[in-house]
Amino acid sequence: MSTGPKTGGFVPRDRGWQPDALTPPYKTSVKRSPQAALLSFPTTLSEETSPVFGHGILGELDNDLILNFAQPGQSAIGPRIIVHGRVLDEMGRPVPGALLEFWQANAGGRYRHKKEKYQAALDPNFGGCGRTITGEDGSYEFRTVMPGPYPWPNGMNDWRPAHIHFSVFGHGFAQRLITQMYFEGDPLIPLCPIVGVLKSQEAIDQLTAPLDMHRTVPMDARAYKFDIVLRGRRQNYFENRVEGL
Amino acid sequence: MVQKLDYLRESPSQTAGPYVHIGCTPNFTGIGIYGGDLGTAMKTGPVQGQEIVIKGTVFDGTGTPLRDAMIEIWQPDAAGLFASANETRGTPDPNFTGWGRSPGDMETGEFIFDTVKPGAVPMPDGRMQAPHITAWIVARGINIGLHTRIYFEDEAEANAKDPLLSGIEHQNRVPTLLARKEGEGQYRFDIHLQGPDETIFLDI
Repeated sequence: MSTGPKTGGFVPRDRGWQPDALTPPYKTSVKRSPQAALLSFPTTLSEETSPVFGHGILGELDNDLILNFAQPGQSAIGPRIIVHGRVLDEMGRPVPGALLEFWQANAGGRYRHKKEKYQAALDPNFGGCGRTITGEDGSYEFRTVMPGPYPWPNGMNDWRPAHIHFSVFGHGFAQRLITQMYFEGDPLIPLCPIVGVLKSQEAIDQLTAPLDMHRTVPMDARAYKFDIVLRGRRQNYFENRVEGL
Repeated sequence: MVQKLDYLRESPSQTAGPYVHIGCTPNFTGIGIYGGDLGTAMKTGPVQGQEIVIKGTVFDGTGTPLRDAMIEIWQPDAAGLFASANETRGTPDPNFTGWGRSPGDMETGEFIFDTVKPGAVPMPDGRMQAPHITAWIVARGINIGLHTRIYFEDEAEANAKDPLLSGIEHQNRVPTLLARKEGEGQYRFDIHLQGPDETIFLDI
């Protein structure tokens, strides 16, 4: 019998920290936001388990957006950057084996999507998506081009700051998260209604990646560092005792 | 002053936006990459248990179907075992992944999952839960992914004893969590983000 710590449920999501469902300046949220209170319930195995994605699913260029859609001998146009960081949980423990999927506009701010209306040009060598799986220490990295800002229909003149979308799988479905990474120094950040759903400057800062000269490859690619934190899981010796004992 | 609790804060969520399919189901959008989209097939061979199909549509507060949502489901196999590294109770069906992802139909928004009827799974305290599937919905306009559960209307006895369902204050809303049987092995589970039929969403 194991003498190690028993594993408990996930720490409840801090709803005072996470954005609300209804955020009228982001207009689409108005008719897509639940109005009844969420039903709070402790996590069970249904949320404490999660699908497993092995490194075997990854292709060699999955984490290289500069090359993964490019014709042989070609590469995507735009400022070359490396994005790296770690996936941790709220207790500061690394989350190894986490599947990260990311997507973004090209350097001109254009997405490769049939519903996209922006006049900026497509880059024939840029698809805009990539994926990777974190290592034993929770670390990940990928290479891409700096995405451009772009206008979007919300207010009469709203522009998204440059950003990269992230989808993250941890070790439990309760940790499932989609978020966006912004870039240090972007003047559009404080103007954006989607950034505006975040409740504090601290929350905005947590999604803003700093320039990281230590990981910049000289004469090749700048680097930005972006750590991601998933919900933590209790690890208490006294957890999970049969009721009444 | 007291000592400082040095926990980290969960990364704040941001909307999946209108182009979530580029990142999560790129082949669906015409970006041929990865050799196919993850979560398209939940079965990798002959599976144990009853095979079922669940169809549904996500509606906004005006009753308009969402055509830019992404729905994921996660469930145990027919014996109630998860294909997860955290499953310690037994060996799950090797031909069943338990995880499905659907971008919905480009025109109608309808999602379809070809799966198996899940087995029952206990609570941490040992009480049995009714068979259910965990569902997660993201889309443009949804600031943080919505968790819900798909239970089955033809499991009335188990549903009546289920700790989550039986604890719901407004019992008239329970049907929003029940997949409706439309035929043998055919179920419908529509999701209403808002309005009189608003689905019960979970803080879980």
